[in-house]
Amino acid sequence: MKKLITFRVNDREYEIAVAPNRTLTQVLREDLNLLGTKEGCGVGDCGACTVIVDGKPVNSCLVLAVQADGSDITTIEGVARGDSLHTVQQTFVEMGAIQCGFCTPGMVLSATSLLDKNPRPTEREVREAISGNLCRCTGYQKIVEAVQEASRRMKK
Amino acid sequence: MKAYNVINTRLPRVDAKAKATGDARYAADLAMPNMLYGAFLQSPFAHAKILNIDTTAAKKLPGVRDVVTAKEAGLVKYGVSPARYDEQVFCPDKVRYVGDEVAAVAADDLETAMEAVSLIKVDYEELPVLLDIESAMKEGAIAIHDDFPGNIGAEVHQEFGNFEEALKECDIVRTDRFVNKRQDGGFLEPQACLAHYDLNGNLTLWTSTQSVHYVQRSVSMVLGIPIGKVRVIKPYVGGGFGPKAAVNAMEIAACLMSRRTGRPVKMVFSREQVFLHSRARHQFFHELTTGVKKDGTIVALKNTCYLDGGAYSSFGIATIYYAGSLLGAPYKLPNMKYDGYRVYTNKPTCGAQRGHGGVAARAAWEQQLDSIAAELNMDPVEFRLKNIMKTGDVTCNDFNMSSLGMKECLEAVRDGSGWSTKKGKLPAGKGIGVACGFFVSGAGYPIYRSETFHSTATIRLSEDGGAVNLYTAAAEIGQGSDTILGQIAAEALGVSLDDVKVHSGDTDFGVDLGAYSSRQTLMSGHAVKAAAEDTKRQVLEALSEKLNISIADMDIAKGVVVFKNGNPDFSQLRTAYIKEHRGWEDLPSGGELTFREAARIAFLTRGVIIGNGAYKPGELGGKYKGAAVGTSPAYGCSAQVVEVTVDMETGKVTVDDMTDAHDCGFAINRTNVEGQMQGSLSMGLGEALFEEVRFDEKGRVANPSLGEYRIPTALDMPNVRTIIVESDEPNGPFGAKEVGEGAIMPTIPAILNAIHDAVGVRIDELPITSERLYALMKGKRRK
Ligand code: FES
Ligand code: FES
Repeated sequence: MKKLITFRVNDREYEIAVAPNRTLTQVLREDLNLLGTKEGCGVGDCGACTVIVDGKPVNSCLVLAVQADGSDITTIEGVARGDSLHTVQQTFVEMGAIQCGFCTPGMVLSATSLLDKNPRPTEREVREAISGNLCRCTGYQKIVEAVQEASRRMKK
Repeated sequence: MKAYNVINTRLPRVDAKAKATGDARYAADLAMPNMLYGAFLQSPFAHAKILNIDTTAAKKLPGVRDVVTAKEAGLVKYGVSPARYDEQVFCPDKVRYVGDEVAAVAADDLETAMEAVSLIKVDYEELPVLLDIESAMKEGAIAIHDDFPGNIGAEVHQEFGNFEEALKECDIVRTDRFVNKRQDGGFLEPQACLAHYDLNGNLTLWTSTQSVHYVQRSVSMVLGIPIGKVRVIKPYVGGGFGPKAAVNAMEIAACLMSRRTGRPVKMVFSREQVFLHSRARHQFFHELTTGVKKDGTIVALKNTCYLDGGAYSSFGIATIYYAGSLLGAPYKLPNMKYDGYRVYTNKPTCGAQRGHGGVAARAAWEQQLDSIAAELNMDPVEFRLKNIMKTGDVTCNDFNMSSLGMKECLEAVRDGSGWSTKKGKLPAGKGIGVACGFFVSGAGYPIYRSETFHSTATIRLSEDGGAVNLYTAAAEIGQGSDTILGQIAAEALGVSLDDVKVHSGDTDFGVDLGAYSSRQTLMSGHAVKAAAEDTKRQVLEALSEKLNISIADMDIAKGVVVFKNGNPDFSQLRTAYIKEHRGWEDLPSGGELTFREAARIAFLTRGVIIGNGAYKPGELGGKYKGAAVGTSPAYGCSAQVVEVTVDMETGKVTVDDMTDAHDCGFAINRTNVEGQMQGSLSMGLGEALFEEVRFDEKGRVANPSLGEYRIPTALDMPNVRTIIVESDEPNGPFGAKEVGEGAIMPTIPAILNAIHDAVGVRIDELPITSERLYALMKGKRRK
């Protein structure tokens, strides 16, 4: 039996009927066509599917869509404003923090949500905040540097 | 050095914005109207005869549109090397590993397809399961492939110089054994594809691949569709590292079902299926005997290697050659003997992974060299410097070091890491280690024997002069080739990177063998450079006719035409251009003739301006059997110093510091070169410390998830001091050569050497988990 849920995604209200076994990743990707959220494992190990739910970064593959009823969600599509990138996206682009890009949406969301709570993180805090987001390509260094640079720019 | 405008910079990647915003589309993001979803039935047994397949119930399930087995797919064999075509899309008579494909279903939705798969009944007769080399090679063991009784799929015997004779001159001879564990590629994006066979008999396949060319050839061959009617397109790809280099059964099955149903078919691997498909790093068993003179001269090496290949050949023939041939450098080594065996087992197939074939051998040998240095009482860096090759040297197996900044790399990491102040002086539990490595810049020969160009490139100038369209079949898989090739085109043509639109990864754009063996900067780069130069020549010729100035007196740079003898009067050309663009904004003004104007004039006089480029390597060294694996137009090299802390109570290793120097010939994009170095090092760190695909006694992968198969997180990886060394490779475009794979080579042995420095134990088995290291340390204390 499908259940009717309502939630806000990237500042837009949705009312949709979802089957109880569908994950938030599936509903975002397949029903809302928000394909920036990636699925790398489907079981909570890789962080590629990270979205922000009520201010907290979560693995959307571990959340059933029905559990997200009533919540406020930001996906990677909601981070940039028009054609101007968020500072974190901008530093990722400039500083080489992106290679294949499959981890990038999740990384950007983990990083922006860290900076929201802790605008001046130490390197260790950045590494901890993204430790649930696996990246096989970059070795993380340029990602960490980009988050730190974003923190400097956002302070100004 | 020559000044460049676009290359040797830190320009952002051309695809970075699309990826940062989630706009970039990967294969699993694609969809078409009326699309079906495919799912596989895979073998639950590691080795079994197929007695009967009953698909009746599956076919009857509402929503199911197609069910296919070997009967429908046909029996054409394929694989990587034509000498070992041993795969079929679906097993006709027997399965050889848990996960071997038996049937596939296409249905209206994925749930229905998976339900249908569960309704297919297969009667199996289980056969003895051979899970390791010993049992596979045992007298009387069942043959996994009938053509290969004894289960040795490939063997190599090579000798350069004379090992036995040379050994007589040696003062120190050491024999060591080394074994690594099977690694998984661990790329973040599971393979996915979408196939569409249209009513005109044209097949289009979008797929997550490292080589559209090889996929096109294989699909065409297996399904019997003329190659000109098969188009393979690579959307954005989320990493490959080797396992995505060859065609996979999913790609062929999706094409087959699309042809049969007349509807697009999409298939996606789950993470568990990624582990079952594998095609990543083999397990290697090396035994190395090295002979050295008192003064530290390396004289001879014998290397015997067994590879656990898994159920099929894949890249294995190349792997087994590489496991021997790549030890011919970066040290002078006059005598080298190699015996290699690749053995079939009932496990997922191994193939190519970053540092193909050479990583375990390098780890073993560089550790052994440290042991020898200790016996000689020589500093490990000094010992290496004494034996190092330099530009112009040729290895005993005929690899030509047309450029080699090995000495510079070693000195750079020695000085950059503070080696001299630290070596031998760190407190107990802390250690420092060094190692070197080197790698090819592209395999010198195509996988199938052919005179084909390794890469072609086309540049088409837009008719309004506004854009430079670069077309190449090269595969951007995250390593940055779109950006590098765009930069090369822009530099060679004389425009900015913003003016270039890179269209890549599509068989309709030309031939390119793809992203493997670290080839694209050098090989695709050459083709792109040639195409840009051809384009430039045509534009200048058109100008020459109009202005009556010889081509030799003109050039294009930074988007404007450079007149070497002062600007002529080109007002007529400008008037003509402006007339063509009546009513437009942004018309050219000022004292310089822009590239835009020149390109438009060229179009008006000659039609569409198209520049062509193509590259294949020239004559390469080596006439012996197997010389085709390892000979390359150029070799990259690197050195690394690593510092570790070992927790004496638990054996836990923390990598504290890494200094890495890599000779990439010439850095087209400095940020990208560093990124490749840092990424390589993190993969090496993972392989050294935790990565291991494990199996249960039935041959099932015991840890098929990224939770249990651990790749490094941001907390495992330290920052790296990355030093770029440039040696100006004569065979590379603008002097460039590889960085993508070679950078991983020194990582594992540098870590192992650092652990030895810290706690005094030598490691002969990877990964060096806390448990394993703790046991070794305890064993040493007891002695
Ligand atoms: S897809 Fe959700 S954590 Fe991997
Ligand atoms: S950039 Fe490829 S996984 Fe992070």
